[in-house]
Amino acid sequence: MSTETMASDSLELKPGMAGFFDDWGSDQRAFKGVPWGKAMMWIFLVSDTFIFGCFLASYMTVRMSALEPWPSASEVFALSFGGAPIPLILIAIMTFVLITSSGTMALAVNYGYRKNKWVTFWLLFATALLGATFVGMQVFEWSKLILEEGVRPWGNPMGAAQFGSVFFMVTGFHGFHVSIGVIFLFIFSYKVARGHLDDQTPGWFTKRGGNYEEIEILGLYWHFVDLVWVFIFAFFYLW
Amino acid sequence: MDHAAEGHEPVVREEEAIQHPLGVYFKIWILLFVLSAMSYAVDYYQVQGYLRWFLILFFMVLKAGLIIAVFMHMVWERLAMVYFILLPPVLLLTLVAIGSLEADWTFFQRGVYFLKELIIVAPTAPHH
Repeated sequence: MSTETMASDSLELKPGMAGFFDDWGSDQRAFKGVPWGKAMMWIFLVSDTFIFGCFLASYMTVRMSALEPWPSASEVFALSFGGAPIPLILIAIMTFVLITSSGTMALAVNYGYRKNKWVTFWLLFATALLGATFVGMQVFEWSKLILEEGVRPWGNPMGAAQFGSVFFMVTGFHGFHVSIGVIFLFIFSYKVARGHLDDQTPGWFTKRGGNYEEIEILGLYWHFVDLVWVFIFAFFYLW
Repeated sequence: MDHAAEGHEPVVREEEAIQHPLGVYFKIWILLFVLSAMSYAVDYYQVQGYLRWFLILFFMVLKAGLIIAVFMHMVWERLAMVYFILLPPVLLLTLVAIGSLEADWTFFQRGVYFLKELIIVAPTAPHH
Protein backbone atom coordinates (compact mmCIF):
# COMPACT_ATOMS: atom_id res chain seq x y z
CA MET A 1 0.00 0.00 0.00
CA SER A 2 2.76 2.40 0.89
CA THR A 3 4.58 1.64 -2.36
CA GLU A 4 1.39 2.46 -4.30
CA THR A 5 1.13 5.82 -2.61
CA MET A 6 4.74 6.58 -3.32
CA ALA A 7 4.40 5.60 -6.96
CA SER A 8 1.41 7.89 -7.48
CA ASP A 9 3.21 10.66 -5.56
CA SER A 10 6.25 10.64 -7.74
CA LEU A 11 4.16 10.49 -10.92
CA GLU A 12 2.02 13.51 -10.23
CA LEU A 13 4.37 15.96 -8.51
CA LYS A 14 4.00 19.35 -10.12
CA PRO A 15 6.32 22.28 -9.56
CA GLY A 16 5.39 25.76 -8.33
CA MET A 17 1.99 26.98 -7.19
CA ALA A 18 0.14 24.23 -9.09
CA GLY A 19 2.15 21.77 -7.06
CA PHE A 20 1.35 23.65 -3.86
CA PHE A 21 -2.41 23.35 -4.41
CA ASP A 22 -2.07 19.76 -5.59
CA ASP A 23 -0.03 18.74 -2.56
CA TRP A 24 -2.33 20.37 -0.03
CA GLY A 25 -5.45 19.22 -1.83
CA SER A 26 -4.25 15.65 -2.14
CA ASP A 27 -5.29 12.68 -0.08
CA GLN A 28 -3.28 11.32 2.86
CA ARG A 29 -0.20 13.51 2.89
CA ALA A 30 0.61 17.11 2.06
CA PHE A 31 4.40 16.94 2.25
CA LYS A 32 5.33 14.82 -0.76
CA GLY A 33 8.66 13.08 -0.75
CA VAL A 34 9.48 14.41 2.71
CA PRO A 35 10.39 11.79 5.32
CA TRP A 36 7.91 12.01 8.18
CA GLY A 37 10.66 12.60 10.72
CA LYS A 38 11.68 15.71 8.85
CA ALA A 39 8.10 16.98 8.59
CA MET A 40 7.70 16.40 12.34
CA MET A 41 10.91 18.27 13.08
CA TRP A 42 9.66 21.21 11.04
CA ILE A 43 6.33 21.20 12.89
CA PHE A 44 8.26 21.26 16.16
CA LEU A 45 10.49 24.07 14.92
CA VAL A 46 7.52 26.18 13.82
CA SER A 47 6.00 25.78 17.29
CA ASP A 48 9.36 26.63 18.84
CA THR A 49 9.44 29.74 16.68
CA PHE A 50 6.28 30.84 18.44
CA ILE A 51 7.81 30.23 21.87
CA PHE A 52 10.85 32.37 21.09
CA GLY A 53 8.61 34.84 19.28
CA CYS A 54 6.55 35.23 22.45
CA PHE A 55 9.71 35.76 24.50
CA LEU A 56 11.01 38.43 22.17
CA ALA A 57 7.62 40.15 21.88
CA SER A 58 7.28 40.31 25.66
CA TYR A 59 10.86 41.55 25.88
CA MET A 60 9.89 44.38 23.53
CA THR A 61 6.82 45.12 25.65
CA VAL A 62 8.66 45.34 28.97
CA ARG A 63 11.54 47.30 27.49
CA MET A 64 9.23 49.85 25.88
CA SER A 65 7.26 50.31 29.09
CA ALA A 66 10.26 50.58 31.44
CA LEU A 67 10.71 54.01 33.00
CA GLU A 68 14.30 53.50 34.06
CA PRO A 69 16.93 53.46 31.34
CA TRP A 70 17.70 50.06 29.85
CA PRO A 71 21.26 48.89 30.68
CA SER A 72 23.62 49.13 27.73
CA ALA A 73 24.41 45.59 26.61
CA SER A 74 27.49 46.94 24.89
CA GLU A 75 28.97 47.86 28.28
CA VAL A 76 27.48 45.06 30.37
CA PHE A 77 28.98 42.40 28.12
CA ALA A 78 32.32 44.08 27.56
CA LEU A 79 35.47 42.21 28.47
CA SER A 80 39.03 43.40 28.82
CA PHE A 81 42.01 41.26 27.96
CA GLY A 82 44.58 43.26 29.87
CA GLY A 83 43.76 46.53 28.11
CA ALA A 84 40.68 48.69 27.75
CA PRO A 85 37.38 46.75 27.78
CA ILE A 86 36.24 45.69 24.31
CA PRO A 87 32.48 46.18 23.94
CA LEU A 88 30.32 43.08 23.55
CA ILE A 89 33.35 40.98 22.67
CA LEU A 90 32.22 37.84 24.51
CA ILE A 91 28.90 37.80 22.65
CA ALA A 92 30.67 38.38 19.35
CA ILE A 93 32.92 35.38 19.97
CA MET A 94 29.90 33.27 20.94
CA THR A 95 28.19 34.32 17.71
CA PHE A 96 31.19 33.25 15.65
CA VAL A 97 31.44 29.94 17.50
CA LEU A 98 27.79 29.20 16.79
CA ILE A 99 28.07 30.14 13.12
CA THR A 100 31.14 27.97 12.74
CA SER A 101 29.21 25.07 14.26
CA SER A 102 26.36 25.72 11.84
CA GLY A 103 28.81 25.47 8.96
CA THR A 104 30.27 22.17 10.16
CA MET A 105 26.74 20.86 10.66
CA ALA A 106 25.71 21.78 7.12
CA LEU A 107 28.78 19.97 5.79
CA ALA A 108 28.01 16.96 8.01
CA VAL A 109 24.55 16.67 6.44
CA ASN A 110 26.08 16.85 2.98
CA TYR A 111 28.75 14.25 3.71
CA GLY A 112 26.13 12.08 5.38
CA TYR A 113 24.14 11.92 2.16
CA ARG A 114 27.37 11.01 0.40
CA LYS A 115 27.61 8.15 2.92
CA ASN A 116 31.09 9.29 3.88
CA LYS A 117 31.03 7.88 7.39
CA TRP A 118 34.23 9.27 8.92
CA VAL A 119 34.04 12.77 7.52
CA THR A 120 30.44 12.93 8.76
CA PHE A 121 31.57 11.70 12.16
CA TRP A 122 34.34 14.27 12.54
CA LEU A 123 32.11 17.10 11.36
CA LEU A 124 29.37 16.10 13.82
CA PHE A 125 31.91 15.76 16.58
CA ALA A 126 33.34 19.20 15.79
CA THR A 127 29.82 20.64 15.81
CA ALA A 128 29.20 19.09 19.23
CA LEU A 129 32.47 20.49 20.61
CA LEU A 130 31.71 23.96 19.26
CA GLY A 131 28.24 23.76 20.77
CA ALA A 132 29.73 22.75 24.11
CA THR A 133 32.15 25.69 23.83
CA PHE A 134 29.19 28.00 23.33
CA VAL A 135 27.43 26.63 26.41
CA GLY A 136 30.65 26.96 28.38
CA MET A 137 31.00 30.60 27.41
CA GLN A 138 27.40 31.15 28.38
CA VAL A 139 28.06 29.66 31.80
CA PHE A 140 30.96 32.10 32.13
CA GLU A 141 28.72 34.98 31.04
CA TRP A 142 25.99 34.04 33.50
CA SER A 143 28.31 33.58 36.46
CA LYS A 144 30.05 36.88 35.72
CA LEU A 145 26.72 38.67 35.56
CA ILE A 146 25.31 37.02 38.69
CA LEU A 147 28.40 37.07 40.89
CA GLU A 148 30.30 40.17 39.79
CA GLU A 149 27.67 42.50 38.39
CA GLY A 150 24.88 41.48 40.76
CA VAL A 151 22.25 41.00 38.06
CA ARG A 152 19.12 39.26 39.33
CA PRO A 153 15.82 38.42 37.61
CA TRP A 154 14.18 41.09 39.80
CA GLY A 155 16.78 43.82 39.58
CA ASN A 156 20.27 44.98 38.76
CA PRO A 157 22.54 47.93 39.57
CA MET A 158 22.68 49.20 35.97
CA GLY A 159 19.10 50.25 35.29
CA ALA A 160 15.69 48.80 34.46
CA ALA A 161 14.90 45.75 36.60
CA GLN A 162 13.32 43.94 33.63
CA PHE A 163 16.77 43.59 32.02
CA GLY A 164 17.65 40.68 34.30
CA SER A 165 14.42 38.74 33.88
CA VAL A 166 14.53 39.05 30.10
CA PHE A 167 18.19 38.12 29.99
CA PHE A 168 17.86 34.97 32.10
CA MET A 169 14.65 33.88 30.42
CA VAL A 170 15.71 34.34 26.81
CA THR A 171 19.36 33.29 26.94
CA GLY A 172 18.51 30.54 29.41
CA PHE A 173 15.94 29.02 27.13
CA HIS A 174 18.27 29.32 24.17
CA GLY A 175 21.16 27.81 26.13
CA PHE A 176 18.89 24.92 27.10
CA HIS A 177 18.18 24.32 23.41
CA VAL A 178 21.91 24.35 22.65
CA SER A 179 22.62 21.90 25.46
CA ILE A 180 19.99 19.44 24.22
CA GLY A 181 21.46 19.84 20.72
CA VAL A 182 24.97 19.08 21.99
CA ILE A 183 23.73 15.89 23.69
CA PHE A 184 22.09 14.71 20.47
CA LEU A 185 25.16 15.64 18.43
CA PHE A 186 27.28 13.41 20.64
CA ILE A 187 24.71 10.60 20.41
CA PHE A 188 24.66 10.83 16.63
CA SER A 189 28.45 11.07 16.32
CA TYR A 190 28.50 7.78 18.20
CA LYS A 191 25.82 6.26 15.97
CA VAL A 192 27.64 7.37 12.82
CA ALA A 193 31.00 6.07 14.07
CA ARG A 194 29.50 2.72 15.03
CA GLY A 195 27.97 2.44 11.54
CA HIS A 196 24.39 2.43 12.82
CA LEU A 197 23.26 4.60 9.96
CA ASP A 198 25.02 2.53 7.30
CA ASP A 199 23.68 -0.75 8.70
CA GLN A 200 20.22 0.69 9.43
CA THR A 201 20.49 -0.49 13.02
CA PRO A 202 17.22 0.23 14.85
CA GLY A 203 17.50 3.07 17.36
CA TRP A 204 17.00 2.17 21.03
CA PHE A 205 14.07 4.56 21.42
CA THR A 206 12.25 4.77 18.08
CA LYS A 207 13.21 1.29 16.82
CA ARG A 208 13.48 2.77 13.34
CA GLY A 209 16.30 1.69 11.09
CA GLY A 210 19.18 4.16 11.07
CA ASN A 211 19.44 6.41 8.04
CA TYR A 212 21.51 9.42 7.06
CA GLU A 213 18.29 11.46 6.82
CA GLU A 214 18.49 11.60 10.58
CA ILE A 215 21.58 13.78 10.24
CA GLU A 216 19.59 16.23 8.13
CA ILE A 217 16.80 16.28 10.74
CA LEU A 218 19.33 16.87 13.52
CA GLY A 219 20.86 19.56 11.31
CA LEU A 220 17.51 21.33 11.04
CA TYR A 221 17.33 21.54 14.82
CA TRP A 222 20.91 22.78 15.10
CA HIS A 223 20.50 25.45 12.42
CA PHE A 224 17.32 26.57 14.16
CA VAL A 225 19.28 27.10 17.36
CA ASP A 226 21.71 29.25 15.38
CA LEU A 227 18.80 31.05 13.77
CA VAL A 228 17.27 31.94 17.13
CA TRP A 229 20.64 33.30 18.22
CA VAL A 230 20.66 35.62 15.20
CA PHE A 231 17.46 37.21 16.52
CA ILE A 232 18.60 37.28 20.16
CA PHE A 233 21.91 38.83 19.11
CA ALA A 234 20.14 41.53 17.12
CA PHE A 235 17.30 42.38 19.50
CA PHE A 236 18.78 41.79 22.92
CA TYR A 237 22.50 42.46 22.54
CA LEU A 238 22.70 45.02 19.75
CA TRP A 239 19.44 46.98 20.03
CA MET B 1 8.05 -2.55 10.89
CA ASP B 2 6.27 -0.29 8.52
CA HIS B 3 8.47 2.69 9.32
CA ALA B 4 11.62 0.71 8.78
CA ALA B 5 10.43 -0.15 5.29
CA GLU B 6 9.71 3.52 4.66
CA GLY B 7 13.26 4.30 5.59
CA HIS B 8 14.26 3.30 2.08
CA GLU B 9 11.79 5.66 0.46
CA PRO B 10 13.93 8.75 -0.13
CA VAL B 11 16.46 7.25 -2.51
CA VAL B 12 15.64 9.97 -5.01
CA ARG B 13 15.96 12.64 -2.36
CA GLU B 14 19.39 11.42 -1.34
CA GLU B 15 20.66 11.74 -4.87
CA GLU B 16 19.22 15.25 -5.01
CA ALA B 17 20.93 16.09 -1.76
CA ILE B 18 24.26 14.82 -3.01
CA GLN B 19 23.96 17.16 -5.93
CA HIS B 20 24.11 20.19 -3.66
CA PRO B 21 27.68 21.23 -4.36
CA LEU B 22 29.84 21.82 -1.31
CA GLY B 23 30.87 25.21 -2.63
CA VAL B 24 27.42 26.64 -1.87
CA TYR B 25 27.82 25.81 1.81
CA PHE B 26 31.29 27.35 2.01
CA LYS B 27 30.11 30.54 0.31
CA ILE B 28 27.15 30.89 2.66
CA TRP B 29 29.39 30.13 5.61
CA ILE B 30 31.79 32.92 4.65
CA LEU B 31 28.89 35.30 4.03
CA LEU B 32 27.47 34.54 7.49
CA PHE B 33 30.85 35.34 9.01
CA VAL B 34 31.08 38.62 7.14
CA LEU B 35 27.52 39.61 8.06
CA SER B 36 28.10 38.78 11.72
CA ALA B 37 31.28 40.82 11.72
CA MET B 38 29.39 43.72 10.17
CA SER B 39 26.58 43.58 12.72
CA TYR B 40 29.18 43.50 15.47
CA ALA B 41 30.86 46.49 13.85
CA VAL B 42 27.58 48.40 14.23
CA ASP B 43 28.04 48.13 17.97
CA TYR B 44 31.81 48.46 17.98
CA TYR B 45 31.75 51.76 16.13
CA GLN B 46 28.70 52.85 18.14
CA VAL B 47 26.48 53.69 15.19
CA GLN B 48 23.39 55.26 16.75
CA GLY B 49 19.83 56.25 15.94
CA TYR B 50 17.76 55.04 13.02
CA LEU B 51 20.83 53.97 11.07
CA ARG B 52 21.75 51.57 13.90
CA TRP B 53 18.29 50.01 13.97
CA PHE B 54 18.19 49.75 10.22
CA LEU B 55 21.61 48.09 10.01
CA ILE B 56 20.86 45.65 12.85
CA LEU B 57 17.60 44.55 11.22
CA PHE B 58 19.16 44.46 7.76
CA PHE B 59 22.02 42.16 8.78
CA MET B 60 19.67 40.08 10.93
CA VAL B 61 17.24 39.45 8.06
CA LEU B 62 20.07 38.60 5.67
CA LYS B 63 21.64 36.14 8.10
CA ALA B 64 18.35 34.49 8.99
CA GLY B 65 17.42 34.26 5.31
CA LEU B 66 20.70 32.60 4.36
CA ILE B 67 20.49 30.08 7.19
CA ILE B 68 16.89 29.13 6.39
CA ALA B 69 17.32 29.11 2.63
CA VAL B 70 20.55 27.18 2.29
CA PHE B 71 21.56 25.54 5.56
CA MET B 72 18.01 24.39 6.26
CA HIS B 73 17.52 23.48 2.58
CA MET B 74 14.43 25.64 2.13
CA VAL B 75 15.28 26.57 -1.46
CA TRP B 76 15.16 22.89 -2.37
CA GLU B 77 11.83 22.15 -0.67
CA ARG B 78 8.42 22.02 -2.31
CA LEU B 79 6.15 25.05 -1.89
CA ALA B 80 3.64 23.02 0.18
CA MET B 81 6.31 22.78 2.86
CA VAL B 82 7.84 26.24 2.42
CA TYR B 83 4.55 28.08 2.96
CA PHE B 84 3.61 25.86 5.90
CA ILE B 85 6.84 26.89 7.61
CA LEU B 86 7.27 30.52 6.65
CA LEU B 87 3.73 31.90 6.73
CA PRO B 88 2.51 31.07 10.29
CA PRO B 89 5.35 33.00 12.01
CA VAL B 90 4.14 36.15 10.23
CA LEU B 91 1.27 36.09 12.75
CA LEU B 92 3.82 37.04 15.40
CA LEU B 93 3.66 40.56 13.96
CA THR B 94 0.15 40.77 15.44
CA LEU B 95 1.61 40.00 18.84
CA VAL B 96 4.29 42.64 18.32
CA ALA B 97 1.63 45.20 17.37
CA ILE B 98 -0.52 44.39 20.42
CA GLY B 99 2.56 44.39 22.64
CA SER B 100 3.73 47.78 21.49
CA LEU B 101 0.26 49.30 21.94
CA GLU B 102 0.09 47.91 25.45
CA ALA B 103 3.65 48.97 26.25
CA ASP B 104 2.93 52.58 25.23
CA TRP B 105 -0.16 52.63 27.43
CA THR B 106 1.73 51.11 30.38
CA PHE B 107 4.54 53.60 29.93
CA PHE B 108 2.07 56.47 29.88
CA GLN B 109 0.28 55.18 32.98
CA ARG B 110 3.54 54.70 34.85
CA GLY B 111 4.60 58.19 33.88
CA VAL B 112 1.37 59.65 35.19
CA TYR B 113 1.53 57.60 38.39
CA PHE B 114 5.13 58.40 39.24
CA LEU B 115 4.74 62.03 38.28
CA LYS B 116 1.78 62.30 40.64
CA GLU B 117 3.80 60.69 43.38
CA LEU B 118 6.66 63.07 42.71
CA ILE B 119 4.56 66.25 42.72
CA ILE B 120 1.82 65.55 45.27
CA VAL B 121 2.96 62.74 47.53
CA ALA B 122 6.67 63.32 47.73
CA PRO B 123 6.69 66.69 49.58
CA THR B 124 4.41 65.42 52.38
CA ALA B 125 5.65 61.85 52.68
CA PRO B 126 9.45 61.54 52.46
CA HIS B 127 11.08 58.80 50.40
CA HIS B 128 11.03 55.38 51.97
